[in-house]
Amino acid sequence: MPSLGADMTEGTVTRWLVKPGDQVHRGDIVVEIETDKADMEVEIFETGTIEKILVSQGERVAVGTPLALVATGSPAAPAPAPVAVQPAAPPVARAPEPVAKAAPPVRATPTARVLARELGIELASIPGSGVGGAVTRSDVEHAVARAAPSPPLQPVPSPPPRRLLVSPRARRIAQERGIDLAAVKGTGPGGSITAADLDHLAVPPAPAAAPEPALEAAKRAQSRRPISGLMERSNREIPHYYLGLDVDMSRALGWLREENRRRSVTDRILYSALLLKATALAAHDVPEMNGYYTDGAFEPSTAINLGVAISLRQGGLVAPAIMDASNKPLGDLMRELADLVKRARAGRLRASEMASSTLTVTNLGELGAGFVYGVIYPPQVALVGFGKVIERPWAEAGMLGVRPVITATVAADHRVSDGHRGGIFLATVNRLLQEPEHL
Amino acid sequence: MNAEQARETVFAVLRQITPEADFDELEPDVEFREQLDIDSMDFLNFIIGIHERTGMDVPEEDYPLLASLNGCVAYLGRGAGA
Repeated sequence: MPSLGADMTEGTVTRWLVKPGDQVHRGDIVVEIETDKADMEVEIFETGTIEKILVSQGERVAVGTPLALVATGSPAAPAPAPVAVQPAAPPVARAPEPVAKAAPPVRATPTARVLARELGIELASIPGSGVGGAVTRSDVEHAVARAAPSPPLQPVPSPPPRRLLVSPRARRIAQERGIDLAAVKGTGPGGSITAADLDHLAVPPAPAAAPEPALEAAKRAQSRRPISGLMERSNREIPHYYLGLDVDMSRALGWLREENRRRSVTDRILYSALLLKATALAAHDVPEMNGYYTDGAFEPSTAINLGVAISLRQGGLVAPAIMDASNKPLGDLMRELADLVKRARAGRLRASEMASSTLTVTNLGELGAGFVYGVIYPPQVALVGFGKVIERPWAEAGMLGVRPVITATVAADHRVSDGHRGGIFLATVNRLLQEPEHL
Repeated sequence: MNAEQARETVFAVLRQITPEADFDELEPDVEFREQLDIDSMDFLNFIIGIHERTGMDVPEEDYPLLASLNGCVAYLGRGAGA
């Protein structure tokens, strides 16, 4: 079981894509696994023949446990090696378990799997309404509401007895505030309940009077569990220091506008890709931001693998890597970013993408945050943050104007670098964004 | 493209981006971004999806016109290169 990040301790094999006797090549995706955060595809790092499957579908095992044996030698003298773990690790002795005994895999979103496991519900028993019939989180919630209205599992507020016309936004607000929609009179089209209808209602007086639904609390705790352990460790072990710099984005955005005019719809670039490229090139110039701190020493990384923080639609966060980001043309970087976001949200990330980030970037501007002072993902040594692009008054050469401005921040490990180097890093990001045509 | 076809096109594309959303309850004049928790990457994928289904090459400056369901219906109704 490969580690997909410092916060992962175990994982569940959800589907084998190979069987004993199959020929495999380095890089082939051989197995799908599920972690507390997301579903992942795992590539094999050897070329050879699958000799034996050691962990059956549905089994949850610790990181480091061999999943299968692959014969990498000549057919006459096979030399089985564990898949996706260090070759030195001895295979765990266990009776072979036929793959066929596992139930056929059920398509489900990662959050649906987590919730179903948390609540002890068989996913196979729930009709899926997602893409390709996948079971979604809301399918699980509805199944719970239908089948087990016992107090700990019943979502609050309970589902209204008749079908209500409610806008998605109003439904979300009602859930957040614990408002019973059945008691709300809608003023929207056809009597539908809109967000405005809820604004007229008194806000619940105190959190205690509107307790968080037990189900929501359990889910949130579950999705936060892996990240919370890692963040505790980060705050305990890493002496962070924080720096920020306002960056005038008018040149970058102006150049991008012109560039996108020349590009077809499918090849257009978001400004996020400019930020990533500038960060990667700055990390090349200031290598103390890029690498790992392990066993009391800093190991700089020659490759700049940018971890990109991606929020999952139904809660949770993953930070898969764009490998070797500093050497990729902007168009390639954009394509990889788009692909990562798509696959992250579909639960199709690959194991290698989850364990190789050397520096993480988070962009919280879309959510309206002005600036981000992040918490470093151990064993990395820096986290770069970008806030929202905001029009601000900007003085330059004695003239005052209005410019689109973004605040770039870095949280860095003081054992590895100091404010002087961190400052140079941010200044480099700024300089690069003023020459977007060179990115 | 008539209004019904435009709506179906929009829903087909959105369904790939936010499979969990219930489009019956989408407020037609409110921006998708506000109702469906989509970000700029999702929106770009939405524009690409519209392009793939209709052949329309939506310029960036027209993106705001496609921010809501009614906006999309009006834009798609005007046809390519509107």
